Amino acid sequence: MAQKKGGKSAASDDPEELARMPLQAVLLADTFNLKFRPITLERPKVLLPLVNTPMIDYTLAWLVSVGVEEVFLFCCAHAEQVKEYIGNSHWGQSHAGFSITTIESNFSMSAGDALRFIEGKNVIRGDFILITGDTISNMSLTEALQAHKDRRKKDPDTVMTMFVKRSKPMPLTHQTRLGNDEIMMAIDPETKQLLYYEDRFDSSKRAVTLDKSLLADNASLYLRTDLEDCCIDICSPEVLTIFLDNFDYQHLRRHFVKGLLHDDIMGKKIYTHEIDSSYTARVDNYRSYDTISKDIIQRWSFPLVPDVLYAGNRAQMRLQREGIYKAPDVTLSPSVRIGAFTAIGSGTIIGENSSVSNSVIGELCTIGRNVSIDGCYIWDSVTIEDGCRLSHSIVCDGVHLHTGATLEPGVILSFKVEVGQNITVPAYSKVSLLPQPSKQDSDEELEYADTNSGVIDSPSIASISPANIEHDHVSSFDTEQSVLLEGGLSGVGYIWTSCETGNEEEWRYSVAPIPVEKLKEFYAKMFDEDESSSDGEQTGITHSGELISESKSTDFDDSDGEYKGDVSKFEKEVEETFERALGGVAEENVQLEINSLRMSFNVTHAECAGAVFQSVIKSAIIASNSSKSNLLKATIDAIERSKGLLSYFITNVDEEIEVILKFEEMCMEITREFAPIFSSVLHQLYDKEVITEDAILKWESEKADADESDKVFVKQSEAFLKWLKEAPEEDDEDE
Amino acid sequence: MDPPMDFQVVVLAGGTSDKLSPLVSKELPKALLPVANKPLLSYPLELLEASNLKNIIVVVEGDEAATQVESWLSVAYMDRLNVEVVKTPGDVGTVGAIRAVAPFLISTDILIVSGDLVSDISPGAIAATHRRHGAAVTALFCPAPVSGGADSSTSGGKDKAKKPSRCNIVGLDPTRQFLLHVVSGAKVEKDIHIQKRIVRAVGQMEIRSDFMDAHVYAFKRTVLLDVLEKENLYSIKQDVLPYLVRTQLRSEISAKKENSADESSNGATKELPSEDININSAVPSNQNLRWLSQHREIAPSSYQEIHISDCDMNKSRLAKKTHKCCIYLSGKTQYCARLNSVQAFGDINRDMLGEASRITGYTFSAQNNVVHPTVVQGAKTTAGGQCIIAEGTILGDKCSVKRSVIGRHCRIGSNVKIVNSIVMNHITIEDNCTIQGSVISSNVQIQERASLKDCQVGAGYVITAGSEYKSEPLTKR
Repeated sequence: MAQKKGGKSAASDDPEELARMPLQAVLLADTFNLKFRPITLERPKVLLPLVNTPMIDYTLAWLVSVGVEEVFLFCCAHAEQVKEYIGNSHWGQSHAGFSITTIESNFSMSAGDALRFIEGKNVIRGDFILITGDTISNMSLTEALQAHKDRRKKDPDTVMTMFVKRSKPMPLTHQTRLGNDEIMMAIDPETKQLLYYEDRFDSSKRAVTLDKSLLADNASLYLRTDLEDCCIDICSPEVLTIFLDNFDYQHLRRHFVKGLLHDDIMGKKIYTHEIDSSYTARVDNYRSYDTISKDIIQRWSFPLVPDVLYAGNRAQMRLQREGIYKAPDVTLSPSVRIGAFTAIGSGTIIGENSSVSNSVIGELCTIGRNVSIDGCYIWDSVTIEDGCRLSHSIVCDGVHLHTGATLEPGVILSFKVEVGQNITVPAYSKVSLLPQPSKQDSDEELEYADTNSGVIDSPSIASISPANIEHDHVSSFDTEQSVLLEGGLSGVGYIWTSCETGNEEEWRYSVAPIPVEKLKEFYAKMFDEDESSSDGEQTGITHSGELISESKSTDFDDSDGEYKGDVSKFEKEVEETFERALGGVAEENVQLEINSLRMSFNVTHAECAGAVFQSVIKSAIIASNSSKSNLLKATIDAIERSKGLLSYFITNVDEEIEVILKFEEMCMEITREFAPIFSSVLHQLYDKEVITEDAILKWESEKADADESDKVFVKQSEAFLKWLKEAPEEDDEDE
Repeated sequence: MDPPMDFQVVVLAGGTSDKLSPLVSKELPKALLPVANKPLLSYPLELLEASNLKNIIVVVEGDEAATQVESWLSVAYMDRLNVEVVKTPGDVGTVGAIRAVAPFLISTDILIVSGDLVSDISPGAIAATHRRHGAAVTALFCPAPVSGGADSSTSGGKDKAKKPSRCNIVGLDPTRQFLLHVVSGAKVEKDIHIQKRIVRAVGQMEIRSDFMDAHVYAFKRTVLLDVLEKENLYSIKQDVLPYLVRTQLRSEISAKKENSADESSNGATKELPSEDININSAVPSNQNLRWLSQHREIAPSSYQEIHISDCDMNKSRLAKKTHKCCIYLSGKTQYCARLNSVQAFGDINRDMLGEASRITGYTFSAQNNVVHPTVVQGAKTTAGGQCIIAEGTILGDKCSVKRSVIGRHCRIGSNVKIVNSIVMNHITIEDNCTIQGSVISSNVQIQERASLKDCQVGAGYVITAGSEYKSEPLTKR
């Protein structure tokens, strides 16, 4: 194979380096996230079939094709299953073209842990390819590998070459196609060095902030949002050492890449390699599963296509017209209608008058009469009885759909689930025999290990046999886990509530096509963001008289954006702390905690005061049960209750003003229900000595030049302000 | 006169800039400062004339300067160009200057040219680019000058230190036609902030820090007038252009904002121009996205495209407005410099003698110099290469002139060495003087055996016999 030769010659180009340096690869057979739950509770993600071939086969086939000679397969969750699969497949055989070594660790919670573990094994000797087991690619590595080696010779600080791919031109499509998030990268056009990396975890900011020194060093750079990360990297052995040194690095991109880019001291450099014509994609979520399956059927990933790449022991599928793949031993009734771009695995039987389109059907499935299947992924040994309707769903091995069942778009049925007669499974449901672990470890930041923890979380559940469930599923399940399929005679399974993504985001990552309304919404949102940002900017400008000179206004709006990101995080933390405080934590401890938060987020005292105040007000909303009449009373109570805390954090006039401004902002934005009682609450704050007269008057004078729209609350409080001004002495006496 | 293009040109000729002291004075405004023995203002004017842009308004700061410029123009360009001189008070900024001429602006597009531009970039090409894109504004950028080689070694270090502040940080689309971000280098303290939505619209933004704003802008008149309504604007480069670039994807929103702000505060005085801008300059933003992305290849189609076109429909109903900000990048071989400092004055004069001699319009002799036939040279006097000596100048014996410009009617004694210097008009240099790397303004008298190195001498100054100066500005009190 051409690539293989290239790879070898590249490796042997340096006789002095080592007599012979085989090209090594580290394949992470665990993705350390929960996006494929509940399926991954029972089977590791890399073994999930993608057009009837496990994903890992695609990855391994690519590694062979680019001339990798030693693969270290890192398994974590379901390590046994992965090892067993590799052992039984031809990859484990000596004629596979490379040696494959499995490394097993049960403690690794992230890619970072995995790499640290591998470093401990002391097996990596030279540059290696880092890839996850869910990546499909047909690109050639020769050029990039050579470039990487050349760069390393020139500059030993080069540690990594990332592969990136140009994606669709429309920002909308390229984000929705694979369900990926937008990535912002700054790349040096000459050297292709990566200078800046930003993913969705800091995309709350409206503006990209580039250090000026970047431009001082590089006369030009490209800022790009049109790139997809291929999740394939060529790494130098230092990468492992860096992970070892920085034991807090977990995620390859979020921690490692960003960490290196921010670190000026070590001066390690990351480069990118843009691929243009070849195919690379990673199955990151259900949406990309759908998209990539279609791409494979449409042969974008050639030679990794179903009729070439097949390692199972049954008859191989063959390509027929209209992109229909069919195994020779498929039994189709003459009246079956097979639409374009469909794959049907060996041994499957489809009954009369059924129709299948845009779908993948696995092996040994039995499909009854009058069934309609559109855009579905049906795995092996699935039984679908007569009259079922399935659209845009994933149906795992051994699932049984009884007569007349309907799957709405986006449904995921995990292994061996049964759906009763005439039951309709609502859109975006995920159903599994295993109940949802009650304690979801959905800490996205760390992306804790996948299925292990899940099973450990609920060991008792794992031991429940399906038979048990079948008997008493209606009665024994608690309502929170919400069992479906009552009514049906033999429905089995739990409906999972959506975990990490939240319901509103479900459509984005689902296999179902995105509904038009959602697309519109998404599109509009992209622009709303713009609008709101422009509003911010615009008000920033109007506040101080139409247009501040250029530098000022950019500083203003951008620092504003940044500031909001940090402060809002801080506010959230404070709120959580405060909620805990309501649960009975001693006040000093809360003070201590908030103080330390303030320092770690590096916000000002005034902002801190504002955040504390916001938490108090929010607690009032909760207390009032959102009825308006109670609101004022609840607010007064809340203020009274937290008086100590407030007075601890609100110490001077500036902070008091900040609190008033904060309150005003809240009334206009988040908690509009307070708007009518603004002045009453202000009065209360004054009475409770949280806010002094000085601050209120100062606030008024500050607002004097503001826009009409900004003065709503000043006007509302007019009477109170008047009273304050007219009777200051008496107040003093009162105090 | 028949205007070949519906373009009016405003040349901002400035007044008596402090930056150029002691070279300029009340007697000699910046516009008339001789560069290779021609008034500075003649360079942009000739350039405009070459592009057949003949409707020109020259804005001059200060009464006296205006009078002088006007009288010079009436002699030099009376029958060639349709020039008007408008005077403004000093220190109003470029925006103030444009405000002063706003009532005279009638054509669809306005070209604003800095009066200190010495260049061979065709303003016609910029105007054409502007028209072709239907842009709200088109700005000329040129590669920042790489400091001038070996003979400016004295200033090399200084130049480098200055460099970042002279350049702008600009963001371009992949085709380098649209200006997506602009901030002047001097204003960037630590970080630069770039709006994501603009990057998103193009997918790929090239950010460069080695381009310089050449102060040539083509504006759509309606846009220009609309922007001028805003307060707190001072400079076109630092306020107006960045403002337009910043708001290019939401110009209607800003207009709306204005309107609502107006209604609540000071009446609807601005509504007319903002409507104007919508009608004339704005394109619906989905189109805008398309123009921004039109050059990019279309990846394998997907079923979602249908939905998106649907969304597009939806979008155009929302009809968000945008305007285009374009950029005209000069080629590497083209010359472009602004005479805005003493340093630049020296550099440009040298460039006129050397690499950019084509701009001067002189024909260089076989010795690579221009010596007017009326020049009288004494015995053994040599005028080396890269020299210009204007009419009526008399040189004594054994003089040596290298890489220098000497103006009209100078009287230069014997055994005088002039190297790398600019000597203006009516100057007397007595015997045995040495002048190196200096600028001598008109009517200066240099008495015998004086030695000047890297000095700038103001008009009418008298340098006493035998004195030596080094790196000093010298002016008459």
